[in-house]
Amino acid sequence: MSEMWSWDRAFTVLPQLLQAFLEVTLLATVLGSAIAAVLGLVVAIVRRTAPAWVARPVHWVMEFIRMTPVVVQLLFVYYMFPSWPALWIGIGVLGVHYATYMAEVYRSGIDAVPPGQWEAATALSIPARRTWTRIVVPQALRTTLPALGTWVISMFKDTPFLVVISVTEMVSAAELFGSRTFVYLEAFTLAGLIFLAASYPTSVALRRMEARLARY
Amino acid sequence: MTDNLEVLGTMLPRLVDGLVITLQLTAGGAVLAFVVAVVLGLAAGHPSRVARGPARVVIEFFRGTSLLVQLFWLFYVMPMLGVSLDALLTGVLALGLNYGAYGADVVRGAIRSVPRGQWEASVALGLSPARRMVRVVWPQAWAIMIPSLSNLAVMLLKGTAVAYVILMHDITFVTEQLRQRTNDTFFAYGVGMLMYFAIAYCIVVAANALEARAKHRLGTGPPLKDVLRPRLPARGRAGAGVSG
Amino acid sequence: MLGTEQTTDPPVIRFENVVKRFGDHTVLDGLSFDVHRGERVTLIGPSGSGKTTILRLVMTLEHLTDGYIYLDGEPFTHELRGGKRVARRSKDVAAVRRKIGMVFQQFNLFPNMSVLENIVEAPVHVLGRSKDEAVERARELLGLVGLTDKEDAHPTRLSGGQQQRVAIARALAMDPEVLLLDEVTSALDPELVGEVLAVLRDVARSTDISMLIVTHEMQFAQEVSQRVLMFDQGRIIEDGTPDVMFSAPEQERTRSFLQAVL
Repeated sequence: MSEMWSWDRAFTVLPQLLQAFLEVTLLATVLGSAIAAVLGLVVAIVRRTAPAWVARPVHWVMEFIRMTPVVVQLLFVYYMFPSWPALWIGIGVLGVHYATYMAEVYRSGIDAVPPGQWEAATALSIPARRTWTRIVVPQALRTTLPALGTWVISMFKDTPFLVVISVTEMVSAAELFGSRTFVYLEAFTLAGLIFLAASYPTSVALRRMEARLARY
Repeated sequence: MTDNLEVLGTMLPRLVDGLVITLQLTAGGAVLAFVVAVVLGLAAGHPSRVARGPARVVIEFFRGTSLLVQLFWLFYVMPMLGVSLDALLTGVLALGLNYGAYGADVVRGAIRSVPRGQWEASVALGLSPARRMVRVVWPQAWAIMIPSLSNLAVMLLKGTAVAYVILMHDITFVTEQLRQRTNDTFFAYGVGMLMYFAIAYCIVVAANALEARAKHRLGTGPPLKDVLRPRLPARGRAGAGVSG
Repeated sequence: MLGTEQTTDPPVIRFENVVKRFGDHTVLDGLSFDVHRGERVTLIGPSGSGKTTILRLVMTLEHLTDGYIYLDGEPFTHELRGGKRVARRSKDVAAVRRKIGMVFQQFNLFPNMSVLENIVEAPVHVLGRSKDEAVERARELLGLVGLTDKEDAHPTRLSGGQQQRVAIARALAMDPEVLLLDEVTSALDPELVGEVLAVLRDVARSTDISMLIVTHEMQFAQEVSQRVLMFDQGRIIEDGTPDVMFSAPEQERTRSFLQAVL
């Protein structure tokens, strides 16, 4: 095995991988997560407070998006709107797709807020909007934050799917390098290790956060 | 629209082929993932550090690297090491290992959720560890883990779309072909997504049935027949006991 | 009614043929009674007899199945318009509901806010008071309940008795005309019950807020209330002064209940 691994090749590909990582993978993850977090919260609140003729269709659209592959959704939007820049399509699709997961997390977080809190707000005649922003959502976020973080990590590891709409993120950079040199070993191994180096510590940190938040 | 349907008609055999490939990847991947999940999950929950340590490393490794990296690694690097697998097997392997690692935590969590008293009662009755697991703990853990495993199964189904990237002719591939033939993205991808959605829905229904059966076996739910059959009107029962 | 002045003021709360059903289960079936301004009325009876439901209906935590509730002589959630029973607009209901305050068995303080913020939240955002005004009043009330030094504490750090006292201050900060007390000491450790009852006695003595009290603390009920209503299966089976009710009740059911409880 040691004759096959070339440190030369490894050090050549590494900067290319890191560049793609920072310029595309991280960017897509951060922006995609922001979209997902906000849209997910909006959907969760709409499903709970809007009248049925709004909430029901929203629910079914989100279910449909949640249960179909990201790859297919990426291709779909890409071919429907060929003039849009691919990276933004990628960020948007990832954002909307993961919003469906985050909406579920928010929903269970909101359901977990004790009914007594709602009743106290009613007893004090606090209006609905303030009840949400000042009382319910802050408490719901405490339980949802770690789960949301888990989905962010998941999206991070799904960014390689952007390769199907010709976005050169880290894994496709590795593949490009490999196809030029005919050796894929170092490129893919390093790509995998970079993913691991980014996601594992984050997972551990999230688990610690979850344990701390549980002691409310 | 009729043009589209015509093209769809001519492409039907290809669609079926694509469906079969996707189903093979899903079924193969799911079976492997389940085996991996049980083995790793039991090991990760084992009292002995010798079992827990390596299991944990394997789990975190496959969870922490990306599915596509794993797939590409297996597809491109394995041949270099002399192991040559066809695309389908590579896909099944990557899906099974990746989702198996996620499943391991589900299995471990479900086993831990079985009330402590169950373990203690089995020890008090003198059941061997194997018997304890097989007859007491696992059946209860099974009922608990089904919903999460079914979620993972749906995610695995969606993951099969990566086979498109290694040029397998799965549903995504055929959907692309349909788009090129009809020049109608909305129609073609609508068909493709509906196919995935239909399979996902079947998985969910099957998982619900499995869960109902598991719960019934534990005495915490009605028999599966009653869950599936529409309820009969109550008034038929009124005179039931009267006639001799 | 014994002991209270019959003035021309409308009753502060009037139940008129109130019906409340939960699915198939009828809890209140055509209940009618009055609470007059400044009265302290205790509701006693076995669990499931409807006492808490009455409080929750007044606080609009439950909806009337049928019948009317009047506050200060005005229809509250429903009214008779053109011969039909209609629901009033939620804006109108909210305006009247502000006169009512409630203290819960489970305290229900907002854990993401400090004690002071809990008390100040509603006066500022519902009554439109200025922050300074509200804070001054909050401090006054904290003094009344004996927790001046806890204004920046978080509710989860306080004992049950302290939390309940904050809850009382929070309800009083809205200057309600009616205070609903729903088994406010039932969730407390026995040694903490006294401090909460002491605060409530103070409130009863120093203000003329009307109170509707559900409690098992019979001695407290005797000290503070002018009327005691005995409930059973959604009906008032006896209504009298504490002295009469606790020493020589007329109804057999009342007697057996009190014997079991006291």
